[in-house]
Amino acid sequence: MSPPFWKQATTVTRRDLLRERRSGEVLWVTLPFGAVALLLIPIAISTDTVTLRRVGVGMFWVVVMLFGVLIAVRRTTSDSIAQRDMVALTGMDPAAVFAGTALANFLLLLLFETVLGVLTVVLYDIDLSGAEWFPLILILVAVGLSLLGTIAAGIVATGRSTAALVPLIVAPMSVPLLIAATQSFEGLRLGKSILTWILMLAVIALVLAVAGVLSARPLQETG
Amino acid sequence: MPVRRRYPAEVPEATAIVSLSGVAVRAGAVPILRDIDLAVHPGEVIGIFGANGAGKTTLLRLIATMTRPSEGIGAVFGADLNSPDRFEVRSRIGYIGHTPGWYPELTLAENMAFVAQAMGIDEARVDDRLDAVGLSGAKDRRADRCSHGMQRRAEFARVLLTEPDLLLLDEPHSALDADAVDLVDGLVKRTVGRGGAAVLVSHDHVRVESLADRILRIENGTISTGRAP
Repeated sequence: MSPPFWKQATTVTRRDLLRERRSGEVLWVTLPFGAVALLLIPIAISTDTVTLRRVGVGMFWVVVMLFGVLIAVRRTTSDSIAQRDMVALTGMDPAAVFAGTALANFLLLLLFETVLGVLTVVLYDIDLSGAEWFPLILILVAVGLSLLGTIAAGIVATGRSTAALVPLIVAPMSVPLLIAATQSFEGLRLGKSILTWILMLAVIALVLAVAGVLSARPLQETG
Repeated sequence: MPVRRRYPAEVPEATAIVSLSGVAVRAGAVPILRDIDLAVHPGEVIGIFGANGAGKTTLLRLIATMTRPSEGIGAVFGADLNSPDRFEVRSRIGYIGHTPGWYPELTLAENMAFVAQAMGIDEARVDDRLDAVGLSGAKDRRADRCSHGMQRRAEFARVLLTEPDLLLLDEPHSALDADAVDLVDGLVKRTVGRGGAAVLVSHDHVRVESLADRILRIENGTISTGRAP
């Protein structure tokens, strides 16, 4: 008797988080690189506080998008066919495997965003107007990016595309996320309503979730 | 003890665990398998020999539902290999390929626990199964710090844990010490003893012929001969 969908999904999430805890790939490699990127940008462009404050939020989101995709697809090239076979032959629902992987990616991305967010506030002297909205925006972007990365990883894992194609798959799709995220922060800074942008982030997440669940089985079959 | 049958099988096709008729598998335009007709019945052990690149592993992956036929009709446990039904029978298949599929960062026990959780099997059985294959002292060792032979033994423990009705073994005797080779034989006998079936791909003719009810030879992607051992 197969476990229910969410039990299968959380089994996959626990596996991914345990693997991450042991390998430290996100915590000790990707996160420090993201932090270094945020540190280098002020040195590269200006040390002027006004300029940094103006570009800070945009820089944060660009770093989150670029490094966040790496977090979401980190296992694509390292996981072997034998490992994928083992998962497939447990009889787990591919949609549950997708949901569990996306959930683990979401949690790691949220951690990544939070640490880099604090660093950005400190380094770029960010205006904290409307800070009560920050968690919601961070969560929605993390959901969207984790789903997008997990779908891209699934496509690459079929073996019909190489990992080098991940940026080409992800970049166009992440543009709406980037726009909605930066415009939300801009709206908060100017004291405008950000409901439209929040709604856009939620719709993107919903569309990606549906696409991911529906494509999980065909993608596993193609692999 | 399972009842041994001689080729050709006496059991009607309708009861076959695996049934392939006119199956071909292609990778793009390259033919890997062609004109494969095969029935595997409950209680039966099939040995498959063939040169490297003959299509043995592809045939095993086809039976494991991991590769779909490009042509022909195939079914495993009655599930059409070209229909979504094949997802439903995967948990009844035990497949051990060339390379162990353990996650390197996890211990052997954690890897096994993942399989148990994924399949809804009582996790308390994990330790017993690792003990049964002589890995009680290594269960808390990370998979990437275990030798290839230990990882293979752990795969046998996985089969003991999941108790599949169809056992598919690709070169099961390679890189194993004498005790582990006996484990393989035990797994095969245990599976067919429960009414399941086993298919073994191997270069170890002596060992496989001692286990198999039927021997098939694959040449250039097709079954060239079938005989009793």
